[in-house]
Amino acid sequence: MTALLELDDLSVTYRIAAGEVPAVRGVSLSLDSGAALGVAGESGSGKSTLAMALLRLLPRDARVGGRILLDGEDVLTMKWGRLRAVRWAEASIVFQGAQHGLNPVQRIGDQIAEPLLVHDLVKPDGARKRVAELLEQVGLPTWRAGSYPHELSGGQRQRVMIAMALACSPRLIVADEPTTALDVMVQAQVLTLIKQLIAEHGISLIMISHDLSVLADVCDRLAIMYAGRVVENGPSREVFHDARHPYGRALAAAFPTVGDPASRLAPRGLGGDPPDPMRLPTGCSFHPRCPVALAECSTLDVELWPAGEARSAACVHVRAKEEIS
Amino acid sequence: MTETRAAGGEPRAPEDAPPAAEGDVRVPEDAPPDAETATTEPTRRGTLLEARDVHVEFPSRGRRARAVDGVNLAIGEGEIVALVGESGCGKTTLARTLLGLERPTSGSVVYGGAPLDYGSRSLKAHRREVQLVLQDPTGSLNPRHTVYEAVAEGPRIHGLPDEQEVVATALAKAGLRPPERFFLRYPHELSGGQRQRVVIAGALALNPKVLVADEPVASLDASVRGEILALMLGLRDDLGLSALVVTHDLGLAWNIADRVAVMYLGRIVESGPVEQVLTAPRHPYTQALLSVLPESPERVVLTGEPPDPTRIPGGCRFHARCQVLASGRAAEAGVDGRCRSEPLAVLPAVSGAQVACHYAEVTS
Ligand SMILES: Nc1ncnc2c1ncn2[C@@H]1O[C@H](COP(=O)(O)OP(=O)(O)O)[C@@H](O)[C@H]1O
Ligand SMILES: Nc1ncnc2c1ncn2[C@@H]1O[C@H](COP(=O)(O)OP(=O)(O)O)[C@@H](O)[C@H]1O
Ligand code: SF4
Ligand SMILES: [Mg+2]
Ligand SMILES: [Mg+2]
Repeated sequence: MTALLELDDLSVTYRIAAGEVPAVRGVSLSLDSGAALGVAGESGSGKSTLAMALLRLLPRDARVGGRILLDGEDVLTMKWGRLRAVRWAEASIVFQGAQHGLNPVQRIGDQIAEPLLVHDLVKPDGARKRVAELLEQVGLPTWRAGSYPHELSGGQRQRVMIAMALACSPRLIVADEPTTALDVMVQAQVLTLIKQLIAEHGISLIMISHDLSVLADVCDRLAIMYAGRVVENGPSREVFHDARHPYGRALAAAFPTVGDPASRLAPRGLGGDPPDPMRLPTGCSFHPRCPVALAECSTLDVELWPAGEARSAACVHVRAKEEIS
Repeated sequence: MTETRAAGGEPRAPEDAPPAAEGDVRVPEDAPPDAETATTEPTRRGTLLEARDVHVEFPSRGRRARAVDGVNLAIGEGEIVALVGESGCGKTTLARTLLGLERPTSGSVVYGGAPLDYGSRSLKAHRREVQLVLQDPTGSLNPRHTVYEAVAEGPRIHGLPDEQEVVATALAKAGLRPPERFFLRYPHELSGGQRQRVVIAGALALNPKVLVADEPVASLDASVRGEILALMLGLRDDLGLSALVVTHDLGLAWNIADRVAVMYLGRIVESGPVEQVLTAPRHPYTQALLSVLPESPERVVLTGEPPDPTRIPGGCRFHARCQVLASGRAAEAGVDGRCRSEPLAVLPAVSGAQVACHYAEVTS
């Protein structure tokens, strides 16, 4: 398989009145064509910033460094016209909280048709047919094309967002917390839909969530972010069940498996707060909260070290282990 | 709380009437005939707070929303009960009713053996013993009040002496130590987990017997969640506090609750010890909820949206979405007709495992 998307040392710094906010600090990741990658982490860890950087949707005051290669082409240096074409036809994004992504005074059929018409992918009379097709794909009755967003439930609105993302048959979909505000059963419906769509259409997926258990279920690989960096990366099941980074372990333990005697009447979490990106701890940014920190962790420059077959983790314990073996 | 409630009930809408006559309701042999006698059944712990055949209705666009439609639920001393179910099934309304914030249309709330009196003085006393812990700490804390002021508010309303000591003790119990260090901080200077602790300290300041926590960790990050849940477990272990935890998260119930009650469209459809209900669920709805958890082997994704309490279906209220009925298993067991037309009896407030399902009744 070839990489569809490659992030090479991506960094994003917001400039605000109080100074600089290093929200993403040197992330390298790659996504194979047809694969699904999950990005997990606490709020503020830089997940949404990363997602927006992929399609250059960041505010002007954000400084972006590194490279974002989509099929070998660097998104960061693309001309505006090319970027517009890429945004719909090659990669599209589904945001958290579908209510914000939809225009409240436009019928949803027209909203789905818009990118198709703008990119001349259909003639106006063909648009109706394509909209019906898309609604069907996401499990909505075609008469819904005439509805306004407020007439739909949260789950239905999220389906509309997915239909919009699918409209121009992209090869990559970036979904930022697509099910976070939804009820359990509706969340399961939307996740089933996403899984089915990527399988049927060979679409690649980057799914962002704070919920590691959801990502482990949908994605082939998982990257865990902490303070703007990837601290663990590997096949989802392995990361979820046997994380190598102590933060990955804490995050996984926060989602108990019902029926597992180890978590019965034993909630587990992590003390302390996620760091303020403007006042990052020295050394490993996780060291003040880390249950297994060593003295050297407050000064050591951690990086992603190999941690087994197709895995890596940014923890001194991992480096030590790999060096011995 | 911005909900308002118009006074007076509305006439029963015709489609609300169950297709089978009320007298046809079959009561399982082993269950007591009604809620009154149910509460006398021996339980492990003495009952502290109880809903007895509680109904709460709201007028809703010319119809009646039967948000809580006949619930018996007892919370024992030192017991943590989780109330789970999809949004809109009536969890918050039931919790508010137990707090005395909502008045039942019929039925009663019983605290310490005495029915709740809705006079303002008795209500004030009730709300001191039974404390609400709100969901979103950011929304429930005034950004211009210090931590001290936030926690002192309740004790001031109730005129408690030794305010400073009360506040310090409450903060310490909530894990904010040393408490003095937090007195003058403002909410924005705290992390999400610390803010939730302040909200809990505010509840603890009145020395309650029961905490009613509505989605206490829903707005918190996963890693912080465990800490707050551990705090609630600790309060039970150290102070003997009881709690009703309202949540849509079965993992949370597994983490901290002794008992769980599963609510669907205004009714409790299954309840019992957590180990039993969550590892061997008997109601098809509970089975479906568990099956959509990540990692469960076989998914039952119910179609459709959470249902509407202004249109409660006749027969079993779950029948239109029931996978057991749809797959023909109910017919094989000979109960499909009853699923469609015969309402289930209201479950009594017992602590053992019980379920309101025709299929479960005949197959187990
Ligand atoms: N427009 C912005 N200006 C300044 N700082 C921002 C902006 N957007 C996000 N941030 C900061 O960048 C960091 C990462 O945010 P975000 O990417 O939204 O994280 P996540 O999606 O993981 O919660 C946070 O500290 C956040 O406060
Ligand atoms: N004050 C009210 N007025 C009208 N309808 C209400 C009111 N409060 C709740 N409801 C309705 O009652 C049902 C149950 O709501 P709620 O108790 O909030 O459920 P949950 O907490 O399980 O999500 C919902 O359909 C809701 O719209
Ligand atoms: S009574 Fe029938 S319809 Fe209702 S849950 Fe049981 S099997 Fe399903
Ligand atoms: Mg985000
Ligand atoms: Mg609620």
